[in-house]
Formats: sequence, C-alpha cells, structure tokens
Amino acid sequence: MLTIFNLHAKVEDKPILNGVSLKVKAGEVHAIMGPNGSGKSTLAGVLAGRDIYEVTEGDVLYNGKNLLEMEPEERAREGVFLAFQYPVEIPGVSNTYFLKAALNAIRKHRGEPELDAMEFLELVREKMKLLRMDEELLKRPVNEGFSGGEKKRNEIFQMAVLEPKLAILDETDSGLDIDALKIVADGVNSLRDPNRAMLVITHYQRLLNFIVPDKVHVLAGGRIVKSGGKELALKLEKEGYGWIENGHQ
Amino acid sequence: MIDLNEGKAAFLNDFERQEAFLSRFGSKGLHDLRRSALSRFEELGFPSPSEEEWRFTPLGPLTKIPFQLSPNGISQRESEVAERLQPMGIAPPDAVLLLNGRCARPLNSAGLPENACVQPLLLALSEKQEFVERHLGRYASFETHPFTALNTAFIGDGAFVYIPKNTTVTKPIFLVYWSQSSGEPTVTHPRTLIVAEESSQATIVEVFLGRPNDVYLTNAVAEVVCGPNASIDYYKIQDESKEAFHVHTLQVQQSRDSTFSSHAFAFGSVLARNEINSVLDDEGCSCTLNGLYFASGHQLIDNHTRIEHARPHCSSHELYKGILDGHGHGVFNGRIHVHPNAQKTDAKQTNMTLLLSDDAVIHSQPQLEIFADDVKCTHGATIGQLDADALFYLRTRGIGKEEARSLLTYAFANDIIQRVRVDLVRRQLEALFLHRHQPTGGRTT
Amino acid sequence: MSTATSTIQEFANREYRHGFVTEIEADTLPPGLNEDVIRAISEKKNEPKFLLEWRLKAYRHWTKMKEPKWANVHYPPVDFNAISYYSAPKPKKRLNSLTEVDPELLATYEKLGISLEEQKRLSGVAVDAVFDSVSVATTFKDKLAEMGIIFCSFSEAVQKHPDLVQQYLGSVVPPTDNFYAALNSAVFSDGSFCYIPRGVRCPMELSTYFRINAANTGQFERTLIIAEEDSYVSYLEGCTAPMRDENQLHAAVVELIAAGDNAQIKYSTVQNWYPGDKEGRGGIYNFVTKRGACRGRRSKISWTQVETGSAITWKYPSCILQGDESIGEFYSVALTTNYQQADTGTKMIHIGKNTRSTIVSKGISAGHGQNTYRGLVKIMKGAANARNYSQCDSLLLGDKCGAHTFPYLEVRNASAKVEHEATTSKIGEDQIFYCRQRGISVEDAIGLIVNGFCKEVFRELPMEFAVEAQKLLGVSLEGSVG
Repeated sequence: MLTIFNLHAKVEDKPILNGVSLKVKAGEVHAIMGPNGSGKSTLAGVLAGRDIYEVTEGDVLYNGKNLLEMEPEERAREGVFLAFQYPVEIPGVSNTYFLKAALNAIRKHRGEPELDAMEFLELVREKMKLLRMDEELLKRPVNEGFSGGEKKRNEIFQMAVLEPKLAILDETDSGLDIDALKIVADGVNSLRDPNRAMLVITHYQRLLNFIVPDKVHVLAGGRIVKSGGKELALKLEKEGYGWIENGHQ
Repeated sequence: MIDLNEGKAAFLNDFERQEAFLSRFGSKGLHDLRRSALSRFEELGFPSPSEEEWRFTPLGPLTKIPFQLSPNGISQRESEVAERLQPMGIAPPDAVLLLNGRCARPLNSAGLPENACVQPLLLALSEKQEFVERHLGRYASFETHPFTALNTAFIGDGAFVYIPKNTTVTKPIFLVYWSQSSGEPTVTHPRTLIVAEESSQATIVEVFLGRPNDVYLTNAVAEVVCGPNASIDYYKIQDESKEAFHVHTLQVQQSRDSTFSSHAFAFGSVLARNEINSVLDDEGCSCTLNGLYFASGHQLIDNHTRIEHARPHCSSHELYKGILDGHGHGVFNGRIHVHPNAQKTDAKQTNMTLLLSDDAVIHSQPQLEIFADDVKCTHGATIGQLDADALFYLRTRGIGKEEARSLLTYAFANDIIQRVRVDLVRRQLEALFLHRHQPTGGRTT
Repeated sequence: MSTATSTIQEFANREYRHGFVTEIEADTLPPGLNEDVIRAISEKKNEPKFLLEWRLKAYRHWTKMKEPKWANVHYPPVDFNAISYYSAPKPKKRLNSLTEVDPELLATYEKLGISLEEQKRLSGVAVDAVFDSVSVATTFKDKLAEMGIIFCSFSEAVQKHPDLVQQYLGSVVPPTDNFYAALNSAVFSDGSFCYIPRGVRCPMELSTYFRINAANTGQFERTLIIAEEDSYVSYLEGCTAPMRDENQLHAAVVELIAAGDNAQIKYSTVQNWYPGDKEGRGGIYNFVTKRGACRGRRSKISWTQVETGSAITWKYPSCILQGDESIGEFYSVALTTNYQQADTGTKMIHIGKNTRSTIVSKGISAGHGQNTYRGLVKIMKGAANARNYSQCDSLLLGDKCGAHTFPYLEVRNASAKVEHEATTSKIGEDQIFYCRQRGISVEDAIGLIVNGFCKEVFRELPMEFAVEAQKLLGVSLEGSVG
C-alpha cells in the first residue's frame, strides 16, 4: 500500500530525513520509534503534505500513485489520515460541522452521495461509542477547550468516521493518562482491518503494550537504523536508544 | 514602623541548636546547601510590604511571635488527628503523618506497586541518599524567597514519594502535616519531594491540619518532578488553626508531554501565603491550577501562582475562586510568563471572587507577560456578590435566608469541588462547605 | 510563500464586487456649505419652519466645532466645501408601484442580489429603498398603516407627522452632540422614519438599503425610530456603494427611542460601502452617530452590525439605559482588509436600576487593515445591580494587520457587576493544514474559520441578513447541524 524509497527532506536548510525506506502492506501495523529529533514527526508531516518540509530526494508510492505530487486535501480524499501530535483548535467551528464537511468532501471524491444531516448524525453516534466520547463534544468547537486526552480521542474518532486506508498516528499516546491511553488504544485496535494500514509513531514504549505492532522500526538521525518485530520494542525499553545511536554515528 | 528583622534572630538560633542533628541526614553537599540557604535568609530577612510581591501581605504580626522548633516532634496520641482525618477516608497508618514536623512512623506500604516508594524524608535520606539528593533542593530556588531559604536551611523531615517508570499508583497517596503548640508557639519547616518517572501516574494529597486555636507557623516547601509523559494529580487541603500562619511553596518541574494538575483548598490560618511555581520545560506539557479559598473574620489568604511557559505547544489552565466574608482579605496574583520561543502556547487564567460582606477586600492581579507571537492567552477576573434575585427566589420557596446564602455560596464553589477526583476528599469538601463555612455575617447589598 | 498564506492574502485582497455606477439623471446642488445651502435644502424639501431653524442652529454650532482626533484612524483632512450637500434623482414621474421605478435602479439592486420584487414577494420584507438621498420606492406601507405603524421616508414624515418629528428629533442625539452629528443635523437630506404604536408587534422586518451614487456627494442620512409601550420592531439597514476614486463622506445619524415600558427595537446593519482599492485609494469615510434610549421599564434596544466596507469607519452604536430593568445589546463583526481602518464599538450607559447590557465584538483584520474596538461601559450612581458582560475577540489574517482593544469601564455603584473578556488569535497555517488533511479545500477552510469566529454575531441577525453577511465575508454559511 505504501512504499517509501530513499526519502530525504529538510526544514528551511536543515536536513531531517536522510534516506528513509519503508514498505507497509494493507492490514499491517508498523510502529516507528526513536529519540527526540530523530525525524518521526517530519516523516508524518511529509506523508500528509505539510509544506514546511521540502522533499529533496526519494519517492513515496501510495496505492501505485505518486503521493508527493498530491495536495494535502487530495491525499486525505485518497484515504491518508494523519492523527496530529498537537491537534489544532478551530474556534467557532463545531466538531460536527467540521467532520461533516470533511466526510462529504471525501465521499464526493469517491463518487459517493453526500450524507444528509440525519444520516451523518447516525453514523457519528455509532462511532462515538467506540471512543466513549460524550455527545456534548460534538457541539463544541473543534478541539477548543478540550483536555489533552479529549483532543487525542477526538483524532481517533475522526479517523473512525473518515475510514482512511492509511492511518498515521503521530505520538497519539503522548500526554495521556493510563485510562485515556486504554480508550485510545481500544479505538485504534477496533479499527484494525485487512484493508487498512497503520503507521504508529511513538516516543514511549508503553503504547506498544496496548497496540501490538506487526513491525517495529527505529528512526535515528533521519534514517531507519533497525527494524524488527515486537521484541525490538522491548529491547529498546530495557536498553534505551543509546546502543542504536552510538552504533550509527 | 515594625522592625521585620526582630524575628529573624530566633530562627538563626534555632538553626544553631539543630545543626548537629540535621547534619546527620544527607551528604555534606546537602548540609552545605542548608548553610548557604540560612545565610541567604539572613541577608534577605522578612519582606516588607514595600516589596511588590508582598504588597498586600503584612508580615509584622508573624515576626513578633517567638516561634520555637519542637525538635523531637510530639508524642501525640493519634486519636485527635485520626478524628480529623477520618471523614476524608484517611486512616493514619495509610498516610505519611508528620506531627509537629516529625514523622511518627513509616507508612504501611501494602498496596503500593513494586519499586514505588512513599516514606518519611529522613528515612529516604538515609536509605536512598544519592537518588534523593539528585532532586532535593534543585527546583525551589531560595535566592529571592526568604521562606524557601528558611525551609531549605531546615531540610530534615518531610515526605518522599517516588513513582517509577510506567507505574500507575491507583490509590491516592496521603501526606499529613499536623501542628499544635505545647504552650509556646511552634514552627515547622516540612519538606516534600515527589519524583514521578516517565509515563508514571499518581494522585497525591497533602493535608495541613492543626489543633484548633493553637498558634504556630507552618513553613512548607514541596518539589514535584514530573518525568516525560508522567501524569500527577496533586491536592492540597489547608485547614490549619484559625490562629496559625501558613506559608507554602509548591515548585513543579515538568518534562516533555507531562500532565500536572493542582487543586488547592484553603480555609484555615489567620495568614496564609500559597505559592505555586510551575515550569513547563519541554514540549507537550499541560498544567492545571485550580484553587478555592474562604476567608472570614480577619483572615488573609494570599495566592501567588507563576506559570513559566518555556517551550512550545504547552497548555495551562488556571481557575481560582475566592469567597470572602467578614473582614476577610484575599490576594490573587497570577503570572503567566510566555518565553520568546514558546509558540503555540495555550494559557487560560480565570479568577473569580465572591464578596459576602462590605468589609471584605480582594486584590486581584493577573499578570500576563507574553514574548511569543503565536499564542493563545486569555485571562478574566470577576468580582461580585450573591445574586439578589436568586436569593429572593430561594426564599420564596421557603428556604431561610442564611441557608439560601449558604446554598448559593456552595454553588459558587461547587465547580472547583467537583473537579476533585478523590471521592472521599470531594465529599468531605462538600460537607465542609455546606456546614462549616456558612456565611457568618456582614451586611450585604 | 506557502499556499495557505497566499490564499489568505488573496482572500484579503479581493476586489470590491459591488463597484458599478448607475447612470440616472441627478439634481445636485453645487459644492460648498453655508446658511444659504441649508435654506435651499430646506426649501427644496418644503420643510416647516421649526426644522429650518433647527438646522441653522446646528450649523452655527458646527462652525465652532473641531473635527475629533481621538479615534485610532488616520486620513487626510476633509474639505467640507468641496462636498455637494444635496443630490436627488430627478423623478421622471410620480411612482405608484414598483413597476414605475427606474428600471436601471432596479437592475442595480438586482446586481446586489437584493431585488425589491424578490424581497417583497418571497420574504415579506417591506423595503424603503433610499437611492442616494431620496426615497424612491416604499412598499407594504398600506398593510403597515392598517396596524397604525408609520414607516416612510424622513421627508414624508416631516410633511405628514411633523408633531412626532418635532417631539423626538434630536432627543437622543442632540444637534450639538459631536462634530459629525452637528453637520448631519444641519444638512441631512433624507432617511427613514418609523413609529410603532402601543401594543403593536411589527409583523415584518423593516428594511432600507442605502447606496451612495452620485460622485462627490455627501450622504447625510437621518433615521428616527420610535417604539411605544409593549411594541416591537426589527429594522434592517443595508448599504452598498459603487466604486469611486475620491473619498466620500458619510455622516449619518440614527436615533432609536424605546419610549414605553417593554418596548423593543432591534436594529441590524450590514455595511459594505466601497473600502478603497488595494493601495488604499478612495473609499468611503463612514462617521456615524447611532444611539438609542431605553426610556421605558424593561425596554430593550439591540444593535447588530456587520461592517465590511468603508475606508474609515468611526461608529459607536450606543444605548442609554434609563428605564429600570432595561436592556442594551451590541453585537458586531468588523472586517478590515487592504488599508481599511475601523474604530468602532459601543457605549452602554447604565442609569436605571437592574439594567443589563451585553457586548460581543468580533474584529477581523487582514492585509494592512487596522481594527480598533473602543467601548465604554458606564454605571451611574443610581444604577443598582447593573450588569454588563463584554467580549471582544480579534482575528488576524496575515502579519501586516493590527487589532487594538480599548475598553473603558466606569463604575459608580458598588452593586454593579462588570465582566470583560478579550482574546486575539490568528488564522494560522496550522488550522488550514489541519482542515486540508481532513479533505477540506483551502478556500472552504478559511470560510469555515471566519464564519465560526463570527457565529455569535450572525446568530443575532435576521435570517435573510445573515445570508447576506456571509456573502459579504466571501464565504458560505455554516450548516444547521451542530
């Protein structure tokens, strides 16, 4: 589904990604771990089309199409979803209205009829149960006044409604207490699907006790320096990132 | 003109008498810290109202009282303390209990996860000296603060809490400080250190109590270290004697993605100064400071909070509510400092005060210092009285005047109380508010 | 520059869409101002003597006054002798129905999307259309007359109801009130007059559209609305002006009187006069005095405004809350783009007991626009239990614009409760990118955000106006869900 080949990217004049290569098949969950500043969030941003990052080399193929040539909204409409590390607040725009605009833009792109208000509410109510969200949150402006946990839950809720093909979760676990973490992880696990791939970016190994990945990659210095199964996360937990960084610099 | 330095000597003498005992705990390095803190205190002396930070909080009366350390604590039968703790669901064996600044006995640590540690500070200084000293005194600066300097000089007993990586402590941890005077006014300098490692989680309740009407000074400092992604829920309940003085500084150091929330309740003491300083030192931190205080008679309750937004993408939410009756005097000084690179800061501060009498006074000073340009910072302050329409409405339904006032006062306080996530503590606060702190008089318009 | 930023700029730099000139023969006085001009205006309009005297008194006072300088706006001095103080389309014949109205004029309104016919047929809005200074078409008058409601042009009111005019004119905004109010009092040409008798609830939204058309014509409207005991009226004012190179002065006066107990007046404005071009050339100077007096117990005046036009706006719709328990409200959206400047806000003067006021002000600045909120809340000694809530929010698009907030609070009664909240935020690239990542285009994203910001004010507008307001902001209305 997703093939990243030798991806290089920079911010302003500072190279961040220095040749990332990665293959993700439909149905797989890949975890990307790494110390601060290793390029995890940059990779997420590049895949979603954030324009502060400049791709200097490499290719990204998504279902056979050149992802890097698409505008951010095209990528979204093609099924790429990014759960933001810092979800953005949009004052005055209700969560419902925002999500309806997004869903209908995506449905239109797929050639499906737009949902009317009633159909939409029905869909949304069903998905809310998944994340144990209070219906009150729907009426509130997007992410405004949400607690950290509510924001992260809202991201996964949006993902549940928009049903992407490729979901990139950028540090969705950061700042969550254990109860909120379990709810978010349950939500993500229930969205695992043979037709859907997930890229789970995290700084803390704790998440991987709750979302068990098929593969774990370690990103350091803008490159994937180690790949393996679930056991790699445990090794990292025990030994820290030191052994990886030392071996590759 | 009151000479504020008059009271200084007593504390210096105290130190001389105590020094040999204190130096037995911790390394030489720690004792050097004590000594330099003492000399800093000697230089600073007690602040006068001409100093901006102490403008509304006169310390003259405090410095007139010859407070004495009670070096060996007290051999107090615990029944009096237990009685006060019982409504909060705290049994003395389940808490770190300090009687006049000395821990009576270690806590029953059954139920704590493996490797987690809750113990008296003196014990921790013996058993885990190196680890404790890595943090102790590193965060609460005494350079400009005479009370913190004094506390640091007397670092001895107190409480130590350690939550290891990826560990969740589900039961609240209670730290109880009880004071009483044995004829002479007493002073204690309790010190608390809380260290929470990466992705750990705990609830900590500090309770300050004393024998009613005793005269004493509590000069406490607590340092909280939140590791990456840690989540700490902190409560402070201050219900000291109505004749006591209470000075408390809470210093919080937050690492990346950590969450810290404080809920401070203040009812007791004739003069209370509560300071909270939180440093949001890496991205993704979230800090919540809630406070509720009630001052009547001639009580003065002063809340100083300072939130340092040092890095981008952090949020802070602050809500302080005060209820002032009689000649009660409230001070709120809330500073939010957004450093130049702390973009995407989201800071919200609200201060609300309910005046129940014409003689009550509030000084409310929000101070926003913003040096970054892409931030969201709001502050709001309201000062008001009970809604006459609502009062009248309740009375037309047969509710007595005093009861109606009490009910509406409770309603004002309620949203802070409802944020308390420790059930028994919340229930106790509700009861305290509905029954003990009924408005006591004063004409209202 | 990134895509999001450039779209924000594009949005901010949009050309004025209503810039076209209608060619109609006009009857115009030569430029300049002196007592003879005032006599000529009064004579042309066949006014009673009291009104001429009133005008002259105002003029004499005006000559002794100085232009105010305290507002946070900057513009070259106005030459009051270069302005023509009267301009009326020459009536081709007397008009009995809409079909007799100059078709070119009707076409102009159609271009603006406010066809009289459409309005009349579909929305039940009675429209008293003011083309430049003289009222040319009035609708639904007969129907309203049956209920005792008087709704006509100001000139007509002077002829048919001189007693009412004499009783109320200048009673809220005295002719000596300020520089521009004095000028208006001396030379006002026409406007609207509305009287709602006791116990009558006006069944439809009353509406006027103003346009400034003839070149170099000062526009000096005068509006007077009186609501008696237990009555209610909602009045809509909409303005668009065609594109001109030279600055034009507009100094209107609106007086509202909620005279009796429980009287209610709701006054809504959508203003999109020509704001000048991208370099800041041209555009309307909008120096308006709007004030309402709540004289009855529990009476209420509510101002809602959406201000997107004019090069310079200087406007403070105010409420004098005299009656006990009376209520004043002010809801405002002010948009400044290019080189527009707006210094706007409100005054709430609490005199009666238990009076309440609410202020919600939303300022949007883009391009080099400067937006100032200036609001006074004054609680007088006798205003026991007065309440005020103020909320001032500013939204910045781009980094060359500015937002300024100057709240003035004056409290002389201890039982008063005054609350003020202010926020300033920026449409960031973050917000736009977040929307795009969810599949929403940049244009839609900006629309979404701007409308969300203004929602509390749009909610106060009558439906058809809310739609126009949305159009004026160049964005689509948020749906009914949520």
